[in-house]
Amino acid sequence: MRSRARVVVIGAGIMGLATAYNLAKRGVTDVLVVDRGYLCGGASGRNGGGVRAQFSTETNIGLMRESIAICRDFAAEMRINVWFRQGGYLFLARTPDKARALEESVALQNRCGLSTRLLEPWEAQRIVPELSIEGVTRASFNPDDGVVFPWPFVWGYAKAARDLGVEVATFTEVVGFETRGNRITAVKLRPTTLGEVNRHEEVRPAGEVFSVACDEVILCAGAWSPQVAAMVNVALPNHPHRHEICSTEPLKPWLGPLVADLTDGLYFSQSMRGEIVGGVSVDPVPEGIDQQSSSAFLAKYARSLVRAVPRMATVKVLRQWAGCYDLTPDSNPLVGRIAEPENLVLACGFMGHGFMMAPVMGRLLAEHVITQQTSELFARWSLDRYRTGRLLHESMIIG
Amino acid sequence: MTAKVMLCRCEDVTLDEVDEAIALGHTDIESVKRYTGFGTGWCQGKQCVTLCARVLAERTGEAPTLPFTPRPPVHPVPLGALASLGAHGGDDDA
Repeated sequence: MRSRARVVVIGAGIMGLATAYNLAKRGVTDVLVVDRGYLCGGASGRNGGGVRAQFSTETNIGLMRESIAICRDFAAEMRINVWFRQGGYLFLARTPDKARALEESVALQNRCGLSTRLLEPWEAQRIVPELSIEGVTRASFNPDDGVVFPWPFVWGYAKAARDLGVEVATFTEVVGFETRGNRITAVKLRPTTLGEVNRHEEVRPAGEVFSVACDEVILCAGAWSPQVAAMVNVALPNHPHRHEICSTEPLKPWLGPLVADLTDGLYFSQSMRGEIVGGVSVDPVPEGIDQQSSSAFLAKYARSLVRAVPRMATVKVLRQWAGCYDLTPDSNPLVGRIAEPENLVLACGFMGHGFMMAPVMGRLLAEHVITQQTSELFARWSLDRYRTGRLLHESMIIG
Repeated sequence: MTAKVMLCRCEDVTLDEVDEAIALGHTDIESVKRYTGFGTGWCQGKQCVTLCARVLAERTGEAPTLPFTPRPPVHPVPLGALASLGAHGGDDDA
């Protein structure tokens, strides 16, 4: 591996790879992306692949419109099939609170130019005839939202970045930093290998520590970001939160949109492979990084899904797994340069939306690093808001 | 012309595709699984995991790491049966 790089990106998930690719595309090819495990081993390989613009803030709506546009062109630009399918997102509300929140979000989305429609329950059933609308009071539908298959999306960015000269080093963990004054001068790394048999998620050390000198560090380690930041004495307010998911046997195509129930956090969609992929909110979850599966999740998901679509009762679950959302106290990301060290750029705290936001955020982060300029968005999403108390909000969080 | 050699029948993964993954540097079983999708179909790896591990071992000259992290359930289970489990998902409900 090289002994120096202009930019070291920590985390070869979708956020880190999209940023590296966009840096290289703009001429900054002296980039090293490191990851403690294998590609798709973290949240980027464990999420449901949803890509939507139905959010409750103008910022998220605008960003996600751009991300969806990038997804549409991704296969042609990256020369890889990501199984992108725009079947829309159908949100369901069952309580007066959630119905009101949905109405407000849709009004805002319409002002932002989205073609989201507020629906009566019977209209939702016309979009998904198999749906039981018992208890549903309101729904919303945006036909432009969609789903992708996450794995090829990650590989696509990795290959495109490598083709432009970026080095992507998997099985390489960060163990510390070298600093001088207010700057990071090098990242200390150590090789890893697969963990114990049947527990490959937990990679283990496999070699000597070495250093890579650098000018900039971009932290894209998702739920692992706080523990990496702590190595350079930066306290981040985000924390990991386990989310479980499962997929069924493949079925013939019958389900158009991703259906999301704002009341119990149920969501499900049909992938281009035919499987029904979905999850549901489970509370409480184990503290910290935990990627184990539970039978309690399967039971709750099954009850919730069979209530929503009774015909799913005969369909079999093939596999379940788990990954970590990267949650912040005010439901908004932590992005951009920080005060100290001054050459550390954050790109974490994406609230379980990191995958869908990476296409647009990779572009913005690359521009931020190259121009050294802070946009209004990056100022708002900066870590500094936790010092000044100017916190934000976002109510359209699912799963 | 060489006939296609299927390693994973559920997900249509051929020997050539596994070789391509290895040639690209994906020399561990978890990466090969994620690059090719082998082992994620109906049988969940019951038929293909040993074949893919054998190819990996042959090509890399390293001892196979077997298997990839298994995902529950052990056998496909209908959602209706899972829905009838207790709030904690089974054994701990008694």
